[in-house]
Amino acid sequence: MGDPAARRRRGIARPAGAAWLGMLPFSAYVLIFLGLPLYEVIHGAFTNDSERLTLSNFSAIFSQSQYLIPLENSLILSAWTAALGAIFGTWLAAAVVASPAGSMLRRVVSSASAVLAYFAGVPLAFALIAALGRPPGGVITTWLKHIGIDLYASGFNISSLFGVGLAYVYFQIPMMVILITPALEGLRPQWQEAAENLGATKLAYLRHVAVPVMAPAFIGALLVLFGNAFGAYATALALVGSAIPLLPAAIESAINGNVLVNEDRIAFALGVEMILVVMIVMVLYGLVQRRARRWLQ
Amino acid sequence: MSVMKRRAGASALAALASTACALAVGSVATASAGVNWSKVTSAKAGGGMAALIKAAKAEKTLNVIALPPNWANYGVEIRTFEKKYGIHVNSENPNGTSEQEIQALKQDKGRSAEPDVIDIGESYTATPGFSSLVAPYKVQSWSMIPKAAKAANGDWFNDYGGYISFGCDMNVIKKCPTSWKALLSPQYKGDVALNGAIGQAAAATDAVFAAGLNDGGSLNNVTPGIKFFQTLKSDGNFDSTDCNTLQVIVANQCPILINWDYLNSAKSYGLPANFAKHWKVVDPSGKEFAGYYVQAISAYAPHPAAARLWEEFLYSPQGQNIWLEGGARPIELPALVKAHKVNMAAYRKLPAVKGTPVLPTVPESTKAGTAIAAAFPA
Amino acid sequence: MGRPRLWRVVILVAALIYFFGPLVASIKYSLIQANGSYSLGNYAQILSNGALRSSMFTSLEIAGIAAVAVVALMLPTVVLVRLRLPQLTLLVEGVTILPIVVPPIVIAAGLAHLQGSAPEWLVRLWFNHPLPALTPVYVVLAMPFTYRALDTGVRAIDLRTLVDASRSLGASWFTTLTRVILPNVETAVLGAMFLTIALCLGEVVIATIMLYVTLPVQMIQVGAASPGISVAISILSFLFVFVLLFLLSFLAGRRRGSSSVRVI
Repeated sequence: MGDPAARRRRGIARPAGAAWLGMLPFSAYVLIFLGLPLYEVIHGAFTNDSERLTLSNFSAIFSQSQYLIPLENSLILSAWTAALGAIFGTWLAAAVVASPAGSMLRRVVSSASAVLAYFAGVPLAFALIAALGRPPGGVITTWLKHIGIDLYASGFNISSLFGVGLAYVYFQIPMMVILITPALEGLRPQWQEAAENLGATKLAYLRHVAVPVMAPAFIGALLVLFGNAFGAYATALALVGSAIPLLPAAIESAINGNVLVNEDRIAFALGVEMILVVMIVMVLYGLVQRRARRWLQ
Repeated sequence: MSVMKRRAGASALAALASTACALAVGSVATASAGVNWSKVTSAKAGGGMAALIKAAKAEKTLNVIALPPNWANYGVEIRTFEKKYGIHVNSENPNGTSEQEIQALKQDKGRSAEPDVIDIGESYTATPGFSSLVAPYKVQSWSMIPKAAKAANGDWFNDYGGYISFGCDMNVIKKCPTSWKALLSPQYKGDVALNGAIGQAAAATDAVFAAGLNDGGSLNNVTPGIKFFQTLKSDGNFDSTDCNTLQVIVANQCPILINWDYLNSAKSYGLPANFAKHWKVVDPSGKEFAGYYVQAISAYAPHPAAARLWEEFLYSPQGQNIWLEGGARPIELPALVKAHKVNMAAYRKLPAVKGTPVLPTVPESTKAGTAIAAAFPA
Repeated sequence: MGRPRLWRVVILVAALIYFFGPLVASIKYSLIQANGSYSLGNYAQILSNGALRSSMFTSLEIAGIAAVAVVALMLPTVVLVRLRLPQLTLLVEGVTILPIVVPPIVIAAGLAHLQGSAPEWLVRLWFNHPLPALTPVYVVLAMPFTYRALDTGVRAIDLRTLVDASRSLGASWFTTLTRVILPNVETAVLGAMFLTIALCLGEVVIATIMLYVTLPVQMIQVGAASPGISVAISILSFLFVFVLLFLLSFLAGRRRGSSSVRVI
C-alpha cells in the first residue's frame, strides 16, 4: 500500500504523509466537539471536590449495588434488544431489498425506518402505553381482557424493564434496516445465479456466500445497536420514570437530583464507566471481526 | 497544525454566529436613566413602580424556566402578565426540575436565554453558593409574607403551596383510600403512583415525608416514612409509572396518584371533562403535609427590570388570586383574606383542611430530603 | 420477480402490526378534546400555531446543515481509512461509536459545563443561537450510524478498482469522491442523511438543557396544554418527518440496480 515501488507501478505519485493529513479534518472535529464536552466528564470523574486526582468515585460505583445493579440491567437489556433488532431488522431489510430500487415499498420503508429509529422518547413511550397500558387505557390489553386474557392480572406491566425492552426493539429494528441495507444491496444476484449454476442449494449459497459477505457489516451494525440501547434513556424515562434501574437513569438522577448532596462526580464516573464498557465491547468486536475474516478465507 | 485549524474554525464560526446573532431573540437590558436594575432591591429604591414598569417594558422579554402551564395556573399568570405589560414571556424547559433551574443559573451566564427568575422547591435554597446566584429583592407587599416564609435579606420568598393528597382513577379502582394506612391494603396492588422520583422531585419526596408523619414519624424523623414506602414497594402496591404528565394520567396509568392537591385537581390540572367524571381527590386523614415553593431573581438576569416587575405582579392581589384559582394556596392568603382582596369563590373551592396542617421549615425540609434521597437511590 | 414469497410477506405484515399498532392506538388519544368528545380539533390547533412554524424553520436549517456536514466529514474519512490507513479502522470505529453510547444527558451536562466555564464573549457569540451551538453537536451525534452506513456501503463496492481507474484517468481526489464513489454508495449516504435529519428533528435532551427552542422542544411545550394535543403533536411530527424524507428520496433520483456499477 505504502510501498513506493507499488505506487510507481500504479503511476500515482503521493507523498507518504498525505494520508495522515487527510485524517486531520475528522480528528480536529472530533477533538473539539466530542473531546471537549467529554473532557469535562472525564476530568470530573477522576477528581474530587478539592480538584485533586482520586479514584474514589470509581471505587464507589464499582462497590455499591445501587450502581452495579443498573450496570447489569443495562448490559442485559442492550444485548437482547440489539440481538432482536439485528435479526428482525435484517429479515425485514432482506424482504424489502428484494423489491426493485426506487419502488414504492423501498421508499416508504427507508423513510419510515429513519423516522421510527428516532421516534424514541415520550412519543414512543406513550404509543406503547396507548397500546399495552393498563386497561381500560391500553387498546390491545383492553381488547385481550375482553376476550379473557388479562395481561395485567398475570403480572405484565408496560412500565417495567421488559416494557422498556419492547420499546427499544421498536427503534432498534428500523435502525438495523438502514444500516444493513447497503450490504444487502451489495449481494450481487449474479453470485446467487452462479452458485445455483454450480449446483449449490439456496441454503449452501446463504452459508458459503451471503453470510460471509454480510458478516462484517452485520456485526458492525450489531455493535451500533448495542451502543444505541446502552445510551438510550428518554424512552425509559417516559415509560417508567427516573427510578428505573438502568445506568443512564443512575447518571441522570445523580446529575439532576440532589443539589444538596453533590453527586455530579459520581455521574461523571458512571459516564466514564459506560465508555469503558464500550471499549471492552469494541475489543471483543475487533477479535470477532478478525476471527470472522480468517474463517472466511 | 491543529491549533491553527481550531482558530480558523473559531473565526469561521464567529462569522456564522454573528449573522445568526441577528436572529437571536431578547435584548440585554439597557440601564434606563442610569439605574442598574440588577442591583435594585426594591421598587422604591429603583425610583418607584412607574420607573420599574417603564424599564421592564423597554427590556421587552422575560425568561422563565420550569413553569408548566397547568401547574398552579402558571399558564394564566404568564398570559395575563404578557397582556398587561406587553412583555413577551419566554417559557423555557417547562417540565424542568428545581435542580435544572439552579444548574441553568450557574451555567448560562452571558446567554440571552439565562433564566431571569426561578421557582424552586424550598429545600434547594440550601444549595451551597445559593446567595451568589440570586439577587435580593423585596416586593411591595413584603410585609404580607409571613416571616418564616422568606429570607430576611430578600434572597428568596415563598410563593404558593398545597397539601399532599390522593387522586383516584375510579375507572381502575373501586374505592378511594382515605388514609395513609389504607394504601397498604392488598386491594391496591400495583396502584400507588407518584409524580416524579423519590429523592428528586419535591412532590414525590414530600409524599414520603407526609407518610412518615402519619406513621409515627415527626418533622425531624423521616425513617417511618422511608419504611412505609419500602413496604409499599416490597408488597407490590407501588406502581413505578412516573405520573407527571396529563396523557399518562388520562391513559389510566395512575390509579392512586399521591400529589399536591392543586395538581390532583382535575380542573386546575386540565384533565378532560369525561375523564374528570371518574377522578376523585381526597385529602388523607391525619396530619396534612403542606409544601411551599420559593421565588428568587437571578443575579445575572438578562432582563433585571422585567424580572422584578414579574415578582411585583405575582405578589399583587391579581397574581396571588390567579394562583388561588389554580387550586394552590398563595403565601399571602391570610393577609389577602383579612384585607378583603381575595377571590372568595376560588377560596371556597379550596379543599377543606380537616386534619392538622403541618408545614416544615427549610432546615427540616433539607434534612428530610437528604435522608429520603439517600434511602431511595435510582 | 413473481409472486412474493412467504418469508417476505410474513415479516412485512408482522412489521406493519408491530410498528403501526401502537401508533394507531395513540391516534385514539390524539382525538380527545378538553370536554371529552373526539374530534380533529387538536390537529387544527397545532397546524395553525405560529410558534411551531418558526421553530420548525430553525430545526430544518440545523438538520439540513448537519446532514450535509456529517457526510462531507465522514465519507472522505471512511474512504481514506479503507484505502490507505486500515490500521486505524478499530480506532476510528471506537471513536465514532462513543457519541451513541454516552447518554445525551451526560453530553448535555458536559456541554453546559463548558458553556459555564467559557469566557462571556464566546458565550454571547456562539451559544446564543441554536444554529452554531447545536449543529456541530448533532453532527457528532450522527457520526456512529453515519460511519457504519458509509463503511458498509463502501465495503459493498470495489473501492480500489474504482479509485485506481478514476485516478489513472486523471481525476482529482475531489472528483473521484463526488462523481465516482458518491453515486455508488448512494443508498448508504441517503440512509445516513435521513437518520441525521430525523435525529435533528427529534433531539430534545440537549436542546432543552441548553435552553434552545427547536421544533421538538416547542412541540413538547405546545403539548403541555392538553393530553390530546401532545399526542396529536407526536403523530403530526411523525408524519411530517416521514413525508419530508419520502419526498427527499425522489430528489435522489436515479434508479440503482444492484447489479451494475456506475462510474459517472
